[in-house]
Amino acid sequence: MTETTQANNNRGRSIDIVNASLKRRYARERRFRYLGLSAVILGLLFVGTLFVDIISKGYSAFVQTHIVLDVYFDPEVIDPDGTADPAVIARADFRQIARQPLRELFPEVSGRRDKRALYKILSSGAPYQLLDMVQADPSLIGTRQTVELIADDDIDMLAKGHIDRTAPPADRRVNDKVIGWVDKLESQGLIRKNFNTAFFTNGDSREPELAGIGGAVAGSFYTLLVTLSLSFPIGVAAAIYLEEFAPKNRWTDIIEVNINNLAAVPSIVFGLLGLAMFINLFGLPRSAPLVGGLVLTLMTLPTIIIASRAALKSVPPSIREAALGVGASRMQTVFHHVLPLAMPGMLTGTIIGMAQALGETAPLLMIGMVAFIVDVPGGPLDPSTVLPVQVFLWADSPERAFVERTSAAIMVLLAFLVAMNAIAVIMRRRFERRW
Amino acid sequence: MQLSVLVFVLLGVMALAYHLGRRRSLATVGGRVGARSLHSLPSYYGFYTALWAGLPALLIAGLWVFFEGSIINSMVVQGLPSELRELPPAQLGLLMNDVNNLASGNIVSGEVDATMQRAADHLNELRSIGSTALAIAVLSIALGTASLAWRAIGPKMRARNRVEVIVSSLLVVSSLIAILTTVGIVLSVLFESFRFFQKVPVTDFLFGLEWSPQVALRADQVGASGAFGAIPLFAGTLLISFIALLVAVPVGLMSAIYLADYAGPKLRSNAKPVLEVLAGVPTVVYGFFAALTLAPAIRGVGESVGLSVSSESALAAGLVMGIMIIPFVSSLSDDVINAVPQSLRDAAYALGATRSETIRQVVLPAALPGIMGGILLAASRAIGETMIVVMAAGLSANLTANPLDSVTTVTVQIVTLLVGDQEFDSAKTLAAFALGLLLFVVTLGLNIVALHIVRKYREQYE
Repeated sequence: MTETTQANNNRGRSIDIVNASLKRRYARERRFRYLGLSAVILGLLFVGTLFVDIISKGYSAFVQTHIVLDVYFDPEVIDPDGTADPAVIARADFRQIARQPLRELFPEVSGRRDKRALYKILSSGAPYQLLDMVQADPSLIGTRQTVELIADDDIDMLAKGHIDRTAPPADRRVNDKVIGWVDKLESQGLIRKNFNTAFFTNGDSREPELAGIGGAVAGSFYTLLVTLSLSFPIGVAAAIYLEEFAPKNRWTDIIEVNINNLAAVPSIVFGLLGLAMFINLFGLPRSAPLVGGLVLTLMTLPTIIIASRAALKSVPPSIREAALGVGASRMQTVFHHVLPLAMPGMLTGTIIGMAQALGETAPLLMIGMVAFIVDVPGGPLDPSTVLPVQVFLWADSPERAFVERTSAAIMVLLAFLVAMNAIAVIMRRRFERRW
Repeated sequence: MQLSVLVFVLLGVMALAYHLGRRRSLATVGGRVGARSLHSLPSYYGFYTALWAGLPALLIAGLWVFFEGSIINSMVVQGLPSELRELPPAQLGLLMNDVNNLASGNIVSGEVDATMQRAADHLNELRSIGSTALAIAVLSIALGTASLAWRAIGPKMRARNRVEVIVSSLLVVSSLIAILTTVGIVLSVLFESFRFFQKVPVTDFLFGLEWSPQVALRADQVGASGAFGAIPLFAGTLLISFIALLVAVPVGLMSAIYLADYAGPKLRSNAKPVLEVLAGVPTVVYGFFAALTLAPAIRGVGESVGLSVSSESALAAGLVMGIMIIPFVSSLSDDVINAVPQSLRDAAYALGATRSETIRQVVLPAALPGIMGGILLAASRAIGETMIVVMAAGLSANLTANPLDSVTTVTVQIVTLLVGDQEFDSAKTLAAFALGLLLFVVTLGLNIVALHIVRKYREQYE
């Protein structure tokens, strides 16, 4: 007894020890707290950086530079014999028609190289624009019209200020002469930036100014249609069986573990499955949204099954007991009473699964949806690509204008995803019931 | 007839069958008044007829869609002249590809001769016969089975029980699809891997230090050694995943701790969903960000301090991948931290511990198994991630631990080997499946361990 008091006296009272260390401990507390706060801020900063980077690169793709020209639809060139035959018109040399007003504006340009450079400020799609106008309204032939023609992607970049005019000419995509012409056009008010509708309707193209996401959006639509029409019924049915009917035994245990594991299998492995099974074994067409939809179905099924089971679990047993009590069969209980109550949760899970499928790229690369496809697909068996794959394809292209378009495509993709997730959140808030 | 039209017609037939079945059940008992003497509700007789009308026909149509291609193909091959039939499979495949293109009016690679034209015509003919036959078969089966079911309807028939048996077997089949998917993955990957290991020994693949999957066509070809050693790929994958975890684990864990134990309800309810946005962003977007923004930035910084940085450095890919998996780590850690009972915390506070001491010495040790499980899941995510590395990491298989160097990963190689033209008997293509098998096995192992840990840990405090 005396020994311990002795020891205590030697070391001082415990409160002194505590007090002495208190300052240090509080400092540590503060440090830990700031560390946590800075982790949260860092995370938020990453989100901010990502979005700011994408938006700042991509917002300018939503306008497209056009050059306003007085085009003379010369009957000598378009339809010399006055046949008004669409086939003759389609074969006419509209490049000449498009170039004529440029020659009139810059009569001083001579020499083959300079002329070629001058003509290149118009997109190679500009003649087709004129052709479309004439095909829509043949009475234009022989008249003079003010037309906004698509500018080349380099001119587009120059007009949007993405090309550094002070850089040495060798590092620039446009030389001083072209800059002079564009400045002259600009001073006459002939350069106009309009909303870029072609970006939303066109298919892919090698020319950035003509490339659009129309084909990719249609491909994504068909792919998701296949995915949704297969994965929702199958996922809900599987969830109903596992949650309501399956006996609890080893076999159902295996299915359950299996579903949880499938949810974490890398998506690219599903692509290998699609390639080996659907394409090589069953001979389904490559690059088709049907195959993409099948692969994504297998990929999203676990998500939907897990969400649907959670929704079924949240329906209280009293509902089931009441239904069984008034003489409903088990099947009637589930389909008439439990399923309607669980439906909002199941739909929420399905939307989240669809959002996942919409953003998925890797498995679709395996089944050949990376092809360069100009046409907008018209059905689930046509070759097509999807929005994220289009982003991947464009990201590889060296032109500055494609960087802009890639970012814009990403913005469209993110807008779809945000909308889908917002619907899921709203549905959850609106229909969630606490029992 | 178009397949989609056929499906719609079939749906129409089902609706009609429902209506007729329902009517007949009422008719057998003398209208609505007699409905009480029916065994089941009238609509069950309708469902019974409709299911019989639709299911067998849909099954036939589905089987046809899956096997149409290969059946018609083999019939066309049978129709070819014998000297063409004897060609090696690869050339025959090319020939058939041309025939296919010719039949659908596309551009053909070589010259079109008479036999090819004949084969293409044959193909088109078979296709049109096939689709007509399918339409007739499907519709007659639908009508036949529906009328059989319709005739069986009577007041004594236990329609509800029969419908329920059909529906419950459909439910069982749906839940088996998950199993079938796994079996399909394993079989398809295993089968091609076996063919690969017949060409390249397993030990060379697993322990080889050299990866250059170019198979020499001639003996004297340069740069086509055909080495299939997977070690550099795994080293690259591990390097990038390690960098990713180095970013994601501290940030994710600390933000989960802060949001669970320190933050006010307002910050918590706002910051959590914003952080979870990171999990919803498509990986191709991260890839774009890594390749076009972060990699040049890292390169610029590196060069300004005199380091030579590859433009496809492992660092850029790893950092961005780390950002991607932050929400996985943080939401899983959040779950387990919240699952630690309040009584443990209260006990620590009662002893005079500060908040951070409670967290570090009580909460974290208690939550450690769950957190480890979460980290393992995140690691398996990182190993299997494809798009970020395809876009931001390189192709050259360097065996290095320098994060500023360019490395390649398993998933990158699978993509580069399988995108574009393939021949299915070369070691080059089959190697992708062997890599896929390894990837599947490794991630499956990680997942099983992680899910087991998480599950076990949850039980502990429940």
